Amino acid sequence: MLEVSGLTTKYGAISALRDASLSVGAGEVVGLIGPNGAGKTTLLGSIAGLLEPSSGKVTFEGVDVTKASPEALLRSGMALVPEHRRIFVDMTVEENLKIGGITRSGAERSESLKEMAELFPVLRDKWDTAAGFLSGGEAQQLAIARALMSKPKLLMMDEPSLGLAPILVDLVFDLIDQLRADGRTILVVEQNATRMLQAADRAYVLRSGEFVAEGTGTELLERSDLFDTFVGG
Amino acid sequence: MTELLQNLIDGLGRGSIYALLALGIAVIFGVMHLLNFAHGELITISGYAAYAMFQADFSWYVVAPAIVLVSIAASLVIEWVAFSRVRGASDFTLLLTSFGIHFLVSSVFILYVSASKKQFPRPGWVTNTFAVGDLSIEVFDAVVIGVTLVTLLATVALLQRTMFGLALRGAAEDFDTARLMGVKSNSVIRGAFALSGFLAGIAGIFWLMRAGNTAPSAGISPMLSGVIAALIGGMGSMRGAVLGGFVLGLAEVMLRSRLPDGIAPLTDGVVFLMIALLFIFRPQGLITVARAERV
Repeated sequence: MLEVSGLTTKYGAISALRDASLSVGAGEVVGLIGPNGAGKTTLLGSIAGLLEPSSGKVTFEGVDVTKASPEALLRSGMALVPEHRRIFVDMTVEENLKIGGITRSGAERSESLKEMAELFPVLRDKWDTAAGFLSGGEAQQLAIARALMSKPKLLMMDEPSLGLAPILVDLVFDLIDQLRADGRTILVVEQNATRMLQAADRAYVLRSGEFVAEGTGTELLERSDLFDTFVGG
Repeated sequence: MTELLQNLIDGLGRGSIYALLALGIAVIFGVMHLLNFAHGELITISGYAAYAMFQADFSWYVVAPAIVLVSIAASLVIEWVAFSRVRGASDFTLLLTSFGIHFLVSSVFILYVSASKKQFPRPGWVTNTFAVGDLSIEVFDAVVIGVTLVTLLATVALLQRTMFGLALRGAAEDFDTARLMGVKSNSVIRGAFALSGFLAGIAGIFWLMRAGNTAPSAGISPMLSGVIAALIGGMGSMRGAVLGGFVLGLAEVMLRSRLPDGIAPLTDGVVFLMIALLFIFRPQGLITVARAERV
């Protein structure tokens, strides 16, 4: 579904990401792990059109989308839950969800709103609350629900467990399991490597802007040489 | 008490026009982070369009709605000719571009029309008054306040109840994230310029009705009032911009009627001094735009 080949993205003269290649097949949950500053967010930003790669290629369902804008990529079926959630704090929960479904018809949007209220009971209880008043866990659920409102073929999440209490981290990974059971295709960037490897079908390990390992979750969990990467060394 | 009420009504009348101008400036600032110094040119251009229509013997009933349409069209043309060419450039480039448009528009009118003022008739009722108890209320102020109220309510409904309004608010809060939701950056920016042009058009009708003339530099005064009102309210806050407009209008009227005769002609200077003092104590303006992140 998603093919990334030889992607390099620079901030000025510094390459935050070098020659990155990965693929995500339909129905797969793929993890992207690595310590802080490894280039994970840069990679997602480059795929989603927020950053312009200096070389390399991104294809989505066989179409070259390397230079596409974020709004065009969303329309082609890709949604990103951005780092730090970035929900619209001045808007209500409902409005946040509505803007997530802005590309769809009114009827489709209403239907998805109902689905989200069922999938996320916490949000249903705070439907008319300004999103700025939500707790971290609620805000993360809102960010994920908002991305699901566009009915994406590929859901990308950037550090969904960042800054959450352990019980809420469980909730995020339960949600990933649930979405996988629904047959969704997901690419998740995580610092919480162990949890991610348990949840993912396959994973890539990124360090200092380069991929250093790739494999199924269980394979990577057994690689003791990568331990320092997992714990952020 | 009567004097205070009288000032209040006069101030609200004056402040209404400022509020509309400031809101138009705040809409653009929210989406583009551009303090649009070309905002007043919408009134200059509308003024010349009104002048041309009066030359062709049209009445205010036709000219007034035409001013709104001209203002919206001018706003979109300015966006297309100038701002769309510098999309993604730094805030400073955008600011310089807006100055450039300001000078370009006034130069075009100096070169191709005239450097002097062009007069047109003011509607007869502009100077009429009616009495409520001891108060003498200008018909003009009553109309301005009424129309402004309706315009502001319509704008609120647009922002709260339509998907375009949602996109605009989203883009104002976090442009990149709005794009990740599928909000088209060009459409939302053009929409913001259309809304800003509409608001300037309504303000322009009243500004031009009261002035009864236009000139190549006619846009400077409304632009400054709008920018100052938006700054008083807190740049980036639409609510603040409206509040700032009314505060500025009230401050001007209150000061003009209360300052000793010797200083009254310097009202503008005193207003600026008070604004300077406000910014010393509240540099963010009256309404703080909260962008705090809860974890």
